[in-house]
Amino acid sequence: MRPEDLAERLRGIFEDVLPARGEVTVTVDRDRLLDALRTLRDQDGLQFSFLSDVSCTDWPGRDPRIWMAYHLRSHSLGQRVRVKVGLPEEDLRVASAVPVFPAAEWQEREVFDMFGVHFDGHPDLRRVLMPDDWIGHPLRKDHPLGGVPTQYKGAFVPPPDERGL
Amino acid sequence: MDRLRATELEQRAIEEEVRQGVLTTTLAKAVNWARKQSVWPVTFGLACCAIELMATGAGHHDLARWGMEIFRASPRQADLMIVAGRVSQKMAPVLRTVYDQMPEPKWVISMGVCASTGGMFNNYGVVQGVDTIVPVDIYVPGCPPRPEMLMYGILRLHEKISKRGTLT
Repeated sequence: MRPEDLAERLRGIFEDVLPARGEVTVTVDRDRLLDALRTLRDQDGLQFSFLSDVSCTDWPGRDPRIWMAYHLRSHSLGQRVRVKVGLPEEDLRVASAVPVFPAAEWQEREVFDMFGVHFDGHPDLRRVLMPDDWIGHPLRKDHPLGGVPTQYKGAFVPPPDERGL
Repeated sequence: MDRLRATELEQRAIEEEVRQGVLTTTLAKAVNWARKQSVWPVTFGLACCAIELMATGAGHHDLARWGMEIFRASPRQADLMIVAGRVSQKMAPVLRTVYDQMPEPKWVISMGVCASTGGMFNNYGVVQGVDTIVPVDIYVPGCPPRPEMLMYGILRLHEKISKRGTLT
């Protein structure tokens, strides 16, 4: 199966399907994201059962500015597909993909950490890479590339038996 | 002739003193001399600098010559923290905690450019100089510094320790 054939198959289900450079991208509204992921996962002839990546891009000056990207893999078809969702700058919210793909949990935490996107329904939405008291979202384009001052606020690491692990 | 005779007498007097096993100094000097003879470092290798740090401690360069071959795993038993490598923002509280747990008197060597200034990692993830978190006594430049460089830094630290006028 070629990517163009996959795109043809997907056009019967989704409105915005773009095959380009051997990759297939499906763009959906953010209200329809979970439905789209469920359809791609469960429907016969698709079975994109593996969520390989959740990522995010920042396009300053464009509307919508923040674009989520979910990369799925179908083992039965041997194909990949990308699901894109645009989020307006003033309301960075999208439904969490964790109910559909539990693997999305830490990926969404990373997007929350780096871009400040809030995922509704996420079980544990905390920063995953930066310190909890960090201010800012470092992978946004308006974040400075270098010369970032040290944000150390005297945090103390409690002993292991008091960390509640 | 008289001068020569006087020198000879003086030397004999000193030799006599040595034979008696008496040496006069100040208490601070004696204590600091003892301190600098065995500065025990706490294990704080963070990146590639730690490889050179280990090489310094190993047989070829042999930190045991200065009584500091034991890298302590517990900060309670250490006098010196050698911060070897880049410190990430999340490591900062851990580093400060380990430093706070070391008993006084304590010293810090910032090993390599990353620990000293952030080095090539001028970004959001790495602390731009460990001196924003703990007071640093000696900065050892290099990327990474060779063991000789670190040993030079350690010798300068010994100098610094022995020149401290106070006991605390």
